[in-house]
Amino acid sequence: MAVITMREALNQALREEMLRDENVFLMGEEVAAYQGAYKVTKGLLEELGPKRVIDTPITELGFAGLGVGAAMAGLRPIVEFMTFNFSILATDQIINSAAKMLYMSGGQFKIPIVFRGPGGSAFQVSSQHSQALESWFAYFPGLKVVMPSTPADAKGLLKSSIRDDDPVIFIEQERMYGNKGEVPEDQEFTIPLGIADVKREGTDATIVARSLMVPAALKAAEALEKQGVSCEVIDPRTIRPLDIDTIVESVKKTNRVVIAEESHPFCGVGAEISSEIMERAFDYLDAPVKRVSAADVPMPYAKNLENLAIPTVDQIVAAVREVTYLDE
Amino acid sequence: MSTQTAESASRAGAEKKSSTGVIEQEAPETVDLKNLREEHEAAKKDQTSRVEDQDRAALVELYRLMLLIRRFEEKSAEAYSMGKIGGFCHLYIGQEAVAVGAISAVRTDDYVLTSYREHAHAIAKGISPEAVMAELFGKAGGCSRGKGGSMHMFDKDVNFLGGHAIVGGQIPLATGVAFATKYRGTDQVTLCFFGEAAVNQGAFHESLNMAQLWKLPCIYICENNQYGMGTSQERAMSLQDIAQKACAYEIASEFVDGMDVLAVREATLRAVERARKDYLPTLLEFHTYRFMGHSMSDPGNYRTRAEIERHQERDPIKLLSDSLKEKHIIDDQTIEEIEKSVREEVERAVRFADESPQPAPDELYTDVYANPITAGKRQ
Repeated sequence: MAVITMREALNQALREEMLRDENVFLMGEEVAAYQGAYKVTKGLLEELGPKRVIDTPITELGFAGLGVGAAMAGLRPIVEFMTFNFSILATDQIINSAAKMLYMSGGQFKIPIVFRGPGGSAFQVSSQHSQALESWFAYFPGLKVVMPSTPADAKGLLKSSIRDDDPVIFIEQERMYGNKGEVPEDQEFTIPLGIADVKREGTDATIVARSLMVPAALKAAEALEKQGVSCEVIDPRTIRPLDIDTIVESVKKTNRVVIAEESHPFCGVGAEISSEIMERAFDYLDAPVKRVSAADVPMPYAKNLENLAIPTVDQIVAAVREVTYLDE
Repeated sequence: MSTQTAESASRAGAEKKSSTGVIEQEAPETVDLKNLREEHEAAKKDQTSRVEDQDRAALVELYRLMLLIRRFEEKSAEAYSMGKIGGFCHLYIGQEAVAVGAISAVRTDDYVLTSYREHAHAIAKGISPEAVMAELFGKAGGCSRGKGGSMHMFDKDVNFLGGHAIVGGQIPLATGVAFATKYRGTDQVTLCFFGEAAVNQGAFHESLNMAQLWKLPCIYICENNQYGMGTSQERAMSLQDIAQKACAYEIASEFVDGMDVLAVREATLRAVERARKDYLPTLLEFHTYRFMGHSMSDPGNYRTRAEIERHQERDPIKLLSDSLKEKHIIDDQTIEEIEKSVREEVERAVRFADESPQPAPDELYTDVYANPITAGKRQ
């Protein structure tokens, strides 16, 4: 298997799926001539042409809605948001149109569309460009929400998302585009949506992490191993539908849970997972579920403050030590 | 705009509200009956000049369809007051010439998207009155199987793509449907209906920009009924000449009398030709008026009885029947026969809706996902 970056893995997925199905097209700001603001769409215009790879004006509500309409008429659009921060302008079309069309038409109009782009924090881009919005989208029945943490997952999950007949919110992480990993070259390599991945097996505590927090959780698990604590790291990969069974199975084994997330804690995905665990595995818990989340503030610009806002490996280690009562 | 004279004159006078909340008032002096009759005669003269080249059967069908929609909506109001229809119910009475005239200009395989005031468009596009009424009643026999309701009618078989209830939300969608037809290289066109209040939404401007930028065969049809709910156009829009706004996007546009079904049809035919042949969008502004409130729960206290009556003198159905009679295309007997047949059709629709079963309880959880995934079950 080739070792490539997450950026290249996403590019492969887009290219392969567009070559496979001519109903798939890609649109967004700077995706074509500029080759993508983060170069995820590099080379696609040259290979697939301007009919399939389309630069849009800066008009997020408009092109998101255009994509949903094209999906109603049988195409399979991939709509890139330069970052998910700009999807906020498009939420009317994502939520009121894409998520509900199948239901309110009594099953007549499916919306096979992927909204993708980077989400979460980046590097000192401040409040309006550093937001983790997965809990917003995961709230709505009708949407699927996917967040990969490795290049292989990124490729396999994006290919499945493009082939899926429902609207998928596919949130990449800007800080992870350069992360490398082994990625299968097989054109039929896909990873089914709705299946969590056990990134590391362990016996003493479960760390549930997604996206940027997965590598952090794995580092924390390494450090804790040296301190005599064996951690299991679970990456749900798909936020909706959530593979709660895999998480609960792990909790029944370890009896202790830390949820690490880059988003705000209030009404977040971690809160939902915590509640599910309480409902399904309360009797197995030996300690309260502990969340490690972003600081509950808008993202600051200053480097030192930004570092304080994003959850760290040390915070995850401390949280695991807390639920295992090591420091008491 | 001559209505402004009528309004400013009427608002100056004493106001008293009727049981419906509509402000009761004598017609102001500036719109006396003689003037109204003259206006009606002028409109009729204009319309009869268009009758010449038309096929007789097609003209009678336009009349029949408008009357069917009028009677359907009257029956909807009745059913709403009996509690058979829930939620919001936005009636189309007064605007029939727009949906009927415009949709008569397209083929069955062309697409139509519209707002929440869409019973008429659904029927004009070919959904049966039975399926529309059953949808209003929330029944399994409805065109959206009872899950959409008054504001969300759909029928894939006749390319009727909704029924959208966020003001302006259908405009980007229709633009996308037109994008898809061009992408596939078909010659289908898309009609996108919306009220004048939607023109103030960003969705309108974003869509028109993309449509002309990418040359998309979408026909944007503004049904200017002069009120966004209870707010008059002049209280909400800085530049009230909507057709002129198309200039900002270099899109062809026309301002048309929306009470004249033949004028609506002709303008739409011109736009359809532009769309089919050259993949070009058009903005059409049809000046019309709704005779009823915004919805069934609208007390209507933002306009005067005189203003409504003034517009009722331009009733699109009356206008067409007068024109067709004058040209000896129909007579009173034919009108009576049509009246009888549409009333029967509406009665059949009500019977069908009454008899159609409610959606099965397990329908609650169907149609959420096209590819439902039971998370955690490895495939």
